[in-house]
Amino acid sequence: MLSPGIEQFRMNKEEALISYLLRLGDNALVLGQRLIEIVANGPELEEELANANIALDYLGQARMFYSYAGELEGNGRGEDDFAFLRDEHEFKNFLLVEQPNGNFADTIARQVLFDVFYRLQLDALILCSDERLAEIAAKSVKEILYHLRHGKQWLIRLGDGTEKSHQRITKSVQKFWRYTGEMLSGDELDDAMKKEWNGPDLKLLKDEWRKEVAVILNEATISLPGEQWMAAGGKQGHHTEHFGYLIAEMQYMQRAYPGASW
Amino acid sequence: MQVVKPKTGSCEREEQIWAWLADVPDPEIPVLSLVDLGIVRGVAISSDGVEVSVAPTYSGCPATEVIEQSIIAELQKNGVQNVSLKRVLSPPWTTDWISEVGRDKLRAYGIAPPEGSMSKRELTGIKRTVHCPRCGVDNTTLVSEFGSTPCKASYKCDECLEPFEYFKCI
Repeated sequence: MLSPGIEQFRMNKEEALISYLLRLGDNALVLGQRLIEIVANGPELEEELANANIALDYLGQARMFYSYAGELEGNGRGEDDFAFLRDEHEFKNFLLVEQPNGNFADTIARQVLFDVFYRLQLDALILCSDERLAEIAAKSVKEILYHLRHGKQWLIRLGDGTEKSHQRITKSVQKFWRYTGEMLSGDELDDAMKKEWNGPDLKLLKDEWRKEVAVILNEATISLPGEQWMAAGGKQGHHTEHFGYLIAEMQYMQRAYPGASW
Repeated sequence: MQVVKPKTGSCEREEQIWAWLADVPDPEIPVLSLVDLGIVRGVAISSDGVEVSVAPTYSGCPATEVIEQSIIAELQKNGVQNVSLKRVLSPPWTTDWISEVGRDKLRAYGIAPPEGSMSKRELTGIKRTVHCPRCGVDNTTLVSEFGSTPCKASYKCDECLEPFEYFKCI
């Protein structure tokens, strides 16, 4: 049986769009925040710059999704309210993007697994029937393609590199694989988005994602992880234990000094 | 056929505003003006004042807000009181919007301008040729896909051995 909440957004087309925008914003914000945590810890200067620049793009994208969601909602909430004044269960990002940075191979593996999906998702959203979301997607996809170009090169270099780098990146890919399931399987909101707004078809995306990831892993000489149990819940606000720490740090200023601005 | 320009009215005023905007430097690459960079999309004059449409370069570019403030300041300095700004996302800004004049200015400043036209192939393909802004040869090596600002990558010239920045093509 459907819960009343689900029934409601099935009926309300605009609410589905708002929820979907928040999910997009949450993914971008949380991954951006993760990358910001390692600013000034890059393994070399060039990677330091890459990391900070990539983080900045996600933050910019999150701002566009949140501002639009706030405008549609019409209750006066804006980007800062969504980022700083919501609690853990209200964030609907994928579990993958909240996973800790770990070592450099972990950061790269998480990045590539997500960006391959995100690029496909944005490409599909360019064709959605909401004009503003299509515009934001067209703007964002160019940045994600550039990130992918960087992430893929590293994943291949690590996989096809030394024995140690191969071991590490293989372990990272295996570790994060279980978090890729929820990105690729649609729930009620994905269905509503597809039906009402010509949103992405996750069945098609899943095939394309698997194909693209298989090509990258093959070039990196990493074997494709097999069928396995998949963790899920991020899209419903049920997060892994790492997430609370992330938002505690991110929201510290607003919690300590409510309403502070500069 | 001769095109006759109206001598008075909003058209002349519009040209004047474009000319003023051509004096506003980009805060991160001051050798380029906002018009050279191709982010000023339109100027609309109405009885309420002047509305300038601006297309942001990168989603998270921290210069976006500074750019908007400098547009307002420049126009107010020239006596335009009611200035409003509109952010335009579509069509998205790409490096194709940088003018030829802007490309020459970049080169003279020591930054290699984006090569060719924006396309997915350029974004996803690994191979690309970049000319050294100092000695002009294409014998250059990519040092990093990223640089000091979101819009640049780092290169070095294998001929004159100078490091230089490349305005990446997106």
